[in-house]
Amino acid sequence: MTNHLNKVMPLKQAIEQYVKNGSHISIGGFTLNRNPMAAVYEIIRQNIKDLHLYAHSNGTGLDELIGAGCISKLEIAYAGNGKAAPTCIRFARSIQNNEILFEDYSNYMMSLRFMAGAMGVPFLPTLSGLGSDILTKWGFSRSMRKSDPKIADKKLAVIDNPFGDWAEASKVVLVPAINPDITIIHVQKADAMGTCSIKGLSFADIEQVKASKNVIVTCEKLVKKEELRQNPDLNQIPFIHVSAVCHVPMGGYPTAVYGHYDYDSKYLRKFAIAAKDQNKNQDKFKKYQDKYIYGVKDHEAFLAIVGQKRIDAIKADPRTGYSVNMKRD
Amino acid sequence: MITAQPYTPKEIMTIMAAREIKNGDIVFSGTGISMLAAMAAKNINAPESVIFFETGAIDSLLEELPFAVADPRIMYWAASNSRLTDSFATMQNKITGEKVIAILGAAQIDINGNLNTTCIGDYFSPEIRFSGSGGGCDVASFVPRCIAFMQHEKRKFVKKLDYLTSPGQLGGSNSRREAGLRPGGVSAVVTNLGVMRFDKDSGRMYLDKFYPGITPEKILENTEFKMDVSKATQADPPTKTELKILREDCDPQRLILGR
Repeated sequence: MTNHLNKVMPLKQAIEQYVKNGSHISIGGFTLNRNPMAAVYEIIRQNIKDLHLYAHSNGTGLDELIGAGCISKLEIAYAGNGKAAPTCIRFARSIQNNEILFEDYSNYMMSLRFMAGAMGVPFLPTLSGLGSDILTKWGFSRSMRKSDPKIADKKLAVIDNPFGDWAEASKVVLVPAINPDITIIHVQKADAMGTCSIKGLSFADIEQVKASKNVIVTCEKLVKKEELRQNPDLNQIPFIHVSAVCHVPMGGYPTAVYGHYDYDSKYLRKFAIAAKDQNKNQDKFKKYQDKYIYGVKDHEAFLAIVGQKRIDAIKADPRTGYSVNMKRD
Repeated sequence: MITAQPYTPKEIMTIMAAREIKNGDIVFSGTGISMLAAMAAKNINAPESVIFFETGAIDSLLEELPFAVADPRIMYWAASNSRLTDSFATMQNKITGEKVIAILGAAQIDINGNLNTTCIGDYFSPEIRFSGSGGGCDVASFVPRCIAFMQHEKRKFVKKLDYLTSPGQLGGSNSRREAGLRPGGVSAVVTNLGVMRFDKDSGRMYLDKFYPGITPEKILENTEFKMDVSKATQADPPTKTELKILREDCDPQRLILGR
């Protein structure tokens, strides 16, 4: 991570530089909101494989990455994509077909794991999950854990409260820190140094960013430093955490970016229908990927195929931050 | 034969869940029918209840029904838009957590109110994989009251869960406390047939209310485990006022209630 003034680079270059085969990665947003979709599609186009993904609740980005075969290991709390896919389709299939290694946590556990990584402590405690199968069912074997220095030796641990029954707890669950190689988030505003201002819910983006060795920020608006420094209270991420800044308008599409655009429920449904392709040769799904991902050179070209009509339909109303009375199927 | 009622199964379920919510409660809501129940409670019997989302939005002004807990519709006019670490802390912290009531869905529930939202079949090689815990395990671990919303079917009311995602009374009796959890977990199960609760001592589910036109026998036929129905009485059907508010103020387009 550098502190130099200008970290702006094309997205293609940022992905080439920071996302490698086998990287441990996390992406920002939550289910169908503020996923760094331009970056996700670029990862797919660059054919980066064997990624280890850390997720609390992921949706659109996760399922595109799994669908394209980019992910081999997954630590996750929830995979759903709203009404279009209450359970992410390729996620479910990859598990049912034993195509990826996976481990389940809860949303709070994953959030705490990012927070522990951001804090530089080996674990954080919680009262969540005692007595559940989340504690007993481990997706990664002990020998695999031992052999990979990036994976903690245990999925989690339960200990007696070392302070007796202080705070009315007899036991606590300890969840291990996560320090991804790379986290990618999409925000409303960033400056060239990488300071970010997120509008609406920040989910776990802040913890994910601060836990990561490298961070790529894509932004709706690349603004002057002065604009962000006038209201430091509105900036959640200072530049010291950020490696690269990429200006990608509509870089969250087809997921929602509060104050800019809604999720495109039509597109999400189109993706879900393609992802459901049961055919052995995967014609329908390949056709979808060829048209919208592999057949375009970048996000701008992708949006050109999507068309202005859809983009206008999801444009956010300035009062509410979403598209009022949008037809949602 | 079930005689026709002047309400749909979804409507009576929503009203029954809304009645569980007390004034001043903080309602941890998902989407769909659970959110509608939270809205109905706010409009009917608990005007000072607060709708709360695990994503971090508190007391959102829901001018339109959200379709996901990350829907931008929940971010508008909220008291605060925070983040996951905050929202779960609000539930784990007893000061606010004691006021939280959660509404959860599940693929399977057992006699002790434990929930499965993870998979059908073997965890490592499942027949059907579902979305997973999300915040379900967290809230079921933390807060004193949770409502489970379920379709009442034998394959969902099972003797043994394929995966225990969210803890209820675990093995019954003292096992929840022995595991280190505070009192809590699922306290009421609202289905299309009736309302179930849990015995304080044994931690086992019993039938509390059956809906007009439904018999305890029918409920037992749709439940894989043996359940005590001896205390069951017929539920008070939704009142005209409740139905009017639900239909006209909460879901006028019938996006969730359906046609």
